[in-house]
Amino acid sequence: MSRVVHIAANTFREAVRDRVLYNLIAFALLLSGAAILVGQISIDIERLVVVNLGLTAVSLFGVVIAIFIGIGLVSKEMEKRTLYTVLSRPVRRWEFIVGKFLGLTGTLFVNTFFMAIGVFAALLYVSHRFQSSDAWILVALFFIVLQFLILCSLALLFSSFSSPLLSAVFAFSLFVIGSFAEDLRGFARMSRGLTQGLATAAAYLVPNFSALNVIGQVAHEQPISAHLIAYNTAYALAYSAMAICGAVLIFERRNLK
Amino acid sequence: MSGLRKVTVTASVVLLLSLASSVFLLGRLDQMRTTATLEEVLYLNSPKWVRRLSLGYTGLLADIYWTRAVQYFGSHHVVKAKDYNLLYPLLEITTALDPKLIVAYQFGANFLAPKPPEGAGQPDQGVALVEYGIRNNPDNWKLYYELGFLYYVEKKDYAKAAEAFERGAKVPHAHPLLHVLAAQMAQHAGEIQTSRMLWQAAYATTQDELIRKNAVDHLRALKVDEDITELEKIVARYREQTGLLPPSFNALIGAGMLFGVPADPGGKPYKLLADGRVELQNPEDFPFVEKRLPPEYKPAPPKLH
Repeated sequence: MSRVVHIAANTFREAVRDRVLYNLIAFALLLSGAAILVGQISIDIERLVVVNLGLTAVSLFGVVIAIFIGIGLVSKEMEKRTLYTVLSRPVRRWEFIVGKFLGLTGTLFVNTFFMAIGVFAALLYVSHRFQSSDAWILVALFFIVLQFLILCSLALLFSSFSSPLLSAVFAFSLFVIGSFAEDLRGFARMSRGLTQGLATAAAYLVPNFSALNVIGQVAHEQPISAHLIAYNTAYALAYSAMAICGAVLIFERRNLK
Repeated sequence: MSGLRKVTVTASVVLLLSLASSVFLLGRLDQMRTTATLEEVLYLNSPKWVRRLSLGYTGLLADIYWTRAVQYFGSHHVVKAKDYNLLYPLLEITTALDPKLIVAYQFGANFLAPKPPEGAGQPDQGVALVEYGIRNNPDNWKLYYELGFLYYVEKKDYAKAAEAFERGAKVPHAHPLLHVLAAQMAQHAGEIQTSRMLWQAAYATTQDELIRKNAVDHLRALKVDEDITELEKIVARYREQTGLLPPSFNALIGAGMLFGVPADPGGKPYKLLADGRVELQNPEDFPFVEKRLPPEYKPAPPKLH
């Protein structure tokens, strides 16, 4: 277990060294600019904009980081030949994959944590005080982290057998398709015969990102049900575990010579 | 000068020159392309497609479209435009992206319904927008109030207005004024008292400064309309008694019909004309007055707050 933790810590350090957290500066500028500007050019939506823009930016920045770092996690190590040094020590291949996954999700968690502070600071600036419904923003942030878990595992899965460019294309495509998951389900319901079978299979196979997006609800101070929180958490963990297991299975059999 | 220093100086100078030229060229490009070309284009006019392309981030996109609608209305309103072609599509997309954005229904309907130059002169679209809002937010009494208000003020359809207030009054936690308005509308629809009650309700049911100021302006205008009607009745009575028109308000005071020179709600005395009509001294102070404006009076361009 300590080997997994070491690999995770190194992955985190590497991401920080790659100046991944610099995106926080762009995020801070974006949010403070919007908080000040929107009050002057629109009507009555200052709080909404801070919540919508803040959470959307947290999500999109994280998605970009998850995809672009995730796809290089294995291939970069192979390119630099550091993978061989690691695997020549008593480190199992699955430990390497799991460590990389935990390291990347840890980076994204830290990133999200700082962005969340930014969102709440901007909210305090426009509303002058917090209200109890603001707590639902934490749930939306938690769902965004769950989204990152799924994306990191998918990026890692593709990275375990494909080139970085193709992995990026696959991961991003799945993110887009996953955002349309409910449309896909609707399409499956409307189809007949083989098409229905294929569409239903696709609808259940692709990750459902739309269920993890509650930004609109929390922006309007609507509560999120405990059931949704529980099911989304379980779903994200199950889906990530599935993708990580897939990555381990492929990587275990991959010829690294 | 060392090689490195030479490169630094040259690159810095070229960078600044390029920046200045790009700013200058962009300015020229903006002049070449007319404002209308830039403004009147709605690249995607299908709410469904915009919703799909948002990848689930509909809230932020709705805020952007709402800001665009406000900017579009403001820029047209300030030049007293008669054509607001894009206003309804912009509001339609905004509310399709975020059906819970109540402010878009409330302000949007007030942008759409009034006649130009106050609004776009599209009361039917205003009603359609609020009805869509009610379908998506059936428990929000403010939308029923807005609907009744549109029917009463813009469409003069008192039966529909009463029906909307009645529907709103049944919503849980509805403002008690809705019950009163529904009853008043059914019995005294066209009366000035009903209008006053409606604008008082508009004032009482919002915290928004713009809506409150608008309500106050309307209430002041109603007071002027009421004053002028009353004063002209007194003038008519004086004429009946003396067979002459009063030369000034002093004649009416002398006859015991008035206690002093009557003044508008801003404190300026009314003008009594030779033909017995009563007018405002400064109609600019009362943008919504309907009675006895001087014949040469033309409303000033509306002020945006």
